[in-house]
Amino acid sequence: MTDLKAKIPEGPLAEKWTRFKGNQKLVNPANKRKLDVIVVGSGLAGASAAASLGELGFNVKVFCYQDSTRRAHSIAAQGGINAAKNYPNDGDSVWRLFHDTIKGGDYRSREANVYRLAEVSGNIIDQCVAQGVPFAREYGGLLDNRSFGGAQVSRTFYARGQTGQQLLLGAYSALSRQVNKGSLEVFARTEMLDLVVVDGKARGIITRDLATGEIQRHSAHAVVVASGGYGNVFFLSTNAMGSNASAAWQCFKKGACFANPAYAQIHPTCIPVHGSFQSKLTLMSESLRNDGRIWVPKNKEDAEKIRKGTLKPTDLKEEDRDYYLERRYPAFGNLVPRDVASRAAKERCDAGYGVGTGLAVYLDFADAINRLGRDVIEARYGNLFQMYEKITDENPYETPMMIYPAIHYTMGGIWVDYELQTTVPGLFAIGEANFSDHGANRLGASALMQGLADGYFVLPYTIQNYLADEIKTPRLETSHPAFDEAEKAISERIDQLFSIQGTKSVDSFHKRLGAVMWDFVGMARNKEGLQQAIDQIVQIKKDFWSDVRIPGDKSELNPELEKAGRVADFIELGELMARDALQREESCGGHFREEYQTEEGEALRNDDQYRYVGAWEYKGADQEPVLHKEDLIFEYIQVKQRNYK
Amino acid sequence: MDFTLKIWRQENAAVKGKFVTYQINDISPDSSFLEMLDQLNESLIDKVQKPVCFDSDCREGICGACGLYINGRPHGPDDAITTCQLHMRKFKSGQTIVIEPWRAKPFPIIKDLVVDRSSFDKIIEAGGYVSVNTGGVPDANSIPIPKANADLAMDAAACIGCGACVAACKNASAMLFVSAKVAHLSLLPQGRVEAKERVRKMVDTMDELGFGNCTNTGACEAECPKEISLTNIARLNREYYAAKLS
Repeated sequence: MTDLKAKIPEGPLAEKWTRFKGNQKLVNPANKRKLDVIVVGSGLAGASAAASLGELGFNVKVFCYQDSTRRAHSIAAQGGINAAKNYPNDGDSVWRLFHDTIKGGDYRSREANVYRLAEVSGNIIDQCVAQGVPFAREYGGLLDNRSFGGAQVSRTFYARGQTGQQLLLGAYSALSRQVNKGSLEVFARTEMLDLVVVDGKARGIITRDLATGEIQRHSAHAVVVASGGYGNVFFLSTNAMGSNASAAWQCFKKGACFANPAYAQIHPTCIPVHGSFQSKLTLMSESLRNDGRIWVPKNKEDAEKIRKGTLKPTDLKEEDRDYYLERRYPAFGNLVPRDVASRAAKERCDAGYGVGTGLAVYLDFADAINRLGRDVIEARYGNLFQMYEKITDENPYETPMMIYPAIHYTMGGIWVDYELQTTVPGLFAIGEANFSDHGANRLGASALMQGLADGYFVLPYTIQNYLADEIKTPRLETSHPAFDEAEKAISERIDQLFSIQGTKSVDSFHKRLGAVMWDFVGMARNKEGLQQAIDQIVQIKKDFWSDVRIPGDKSELNPELEKAGRVADFIELGELMARDALQREESCGGHFREEYQTEEGEALRNDDQYRYVGAWEYKGADQEPVLHKEDLIFEYIQVKQRNYK
Repeated sequence: MDFTLKIWRQENAAVKGKFVTYQINDISPDSSFLEMLDQLNESLIDKVQKPVCFDSDCREGICGACGLYINGRPHGPDDAITTCQLHMRKFKSGQTIVIEPWRAKPFPIIKDLVVDRSSFDKIIEAGGYVSVNTGGVPDANSIPIPKANADLAMDAAACIGCGACVAACKNASAMLFVSAKVAHLSLLPQGRVEAKERVRKMVDTMDELGFGNCTNTGACEAECPKEISLTNIARLNREYYAAKLS
């Protein structure tokens, strides 16, 4: 029986992390050299953790499926990174960032973890500046800030619309430095296919060299999974084409509990879907909501005319427009949290007020351009406007952007305790791959913060508390029977995939899964729909394993084989998401159950019965997974109905 | 829209490649170039043929994974974009489109349109960083940096490492790539401390890896999806001479 021990340190909230660091076990430099750590994934969390562990003296191996560690999808984050620096003197503090994050997450995250996140947030900015990250600056030479959703202060640091890129390149440069020093080895174009557990501890991984197809074995004293989120379960998302959940899913199957899979974030400002051949969705940064105003026509007739192309949005009079976020949420206006903004857009479109294909709303910069001038808007968002124009062939300086919500981020993930360790000793999960800090909804500019907090400032400490007991453990030979067994299972699975020789492509199954997920496990869910989703996913799984077609060979670069393995795992994870959404009979953050809403259509939580983390345990291929509950205790924050009005 | 595609097919680095012609019809002008190739691949899978391999990941022009030589131009017939941002509306229906991989000795072909660009990582590993460990750094605002310098550094740091500059250059020179990193860090006080060592190591590594020399044709700048400026190469040269002379 798995026991979810969060291991939160004793003491007052603000002293917990300091106390932990003061009392934890450490590994001395001579012993660090004898210990090996595997890091899977090279995004902000993985790269920063790997670099920091290498600096400390551990032997680190980093794995990524991309051709270079610099390409992990953290790179696509646009808007910024939060930190409680209070440089603008507008009332920010560690407490306020902590409070906003807990509230933004709809009171479904752990107080101690979130407080620590807020506490180390300032160090991240210092670290990145020291690395040479070119953050935006004021004319006085000091750092500039802007505002993001769910906050009333300006605490977001940014590097134009490419903050994720610059932070990742900073972490990549730190990682590259360790490669130069010989403390770190990179395995690019290499995918983790299984976790190797020996005597109950994570001791290695099985990988596939994607260029040659070679199956490889790697042993270590600890394994860190930093493989990102699972938004691609939905097929269309803002994730990269290769973003996948397979590493996390293999950990789940080897005993790591998977927490809150139902919590998926739908980002309100993405470029709308335009056709069935579409391969992915593109996000327009939340920072645009600082100056852009969101609206739809007030009258259905006007909306219909716009959809038919007989009326231009710029010709619609001010009084005929419905700035629905400003109307419904006057205190936060266009800067309400993402889940709230997404649902409001869906509500308007479902009611018949949508523009474009009917599934789009306007994000309008006309007011901001009049007020500030085109130059200022161009300096702030130039590259985003250019990106929009390249994709849609419309000029957002002249006509309002069209946007619609899309899957963007997953708050759920591998369950971890305060030390970021999973239910498998020696297996750690960081960044988006874990569930820990964002509750049921993540605030904008907080993903970068969490990834780097985990990688630079949390894991390098907490992992030593585990490794200190492993200093006498010798390196594990990869000829160990546990590796034989894991490799055999992997090879059999690959052979099975090829042996099917069916009639349908991997993508066709992925699209089918995505449609079911979006319709029934998307922005609005209900009991009947979720049960239907589970039935349909079971059928998709059956069809996949009897009718998928994978051309080519296993011992070559074969993207169809790579996708097949990932989609097989997405199908199973999709089912778990539906199960989790079904058991959670309340609405909170990104999880909206139609049966549980207030009269105004806001999410209605049920704190008495559902104030817990739902962590699922794998019980075998033919068994139903088992739900474990970690109660969330709020000692410092008063749990309230979220109010952004 | 309908197209005739001439695509470079090559099983692996050891065997010879060749152009294979495909016909593809009913493509939406709003489709991206890579989505067009996705559709081609779906049709190949239908016919139990091997799909065309190409790299792509973020599909929003920032990861730098994609890169195809399209009708003789890296990233195709539009300016300041990556291949994944190219849309079919930039072509005429009925047109023949020739698609090749990056061609440069330091970027060996892995398969079809996929090349190995790990040489770029090796250049960065040689010194493309500021040597700071995690923690123990000064407060971020204790290092004021003139906005103009920070902006120039950001311009250079925007490089996505796609390799179009090398593919565009008749000498397969990596000068624009190397100069972008050298300029980014040399413009900032944090990076000045080890500027000399950095530029020496990066340029030496670039040469060792077999990249060609720069003959100032400017093809790299013209084809760079992020519009990295040639002035970075001037800055690199200045840094390099200063380092060599001291």
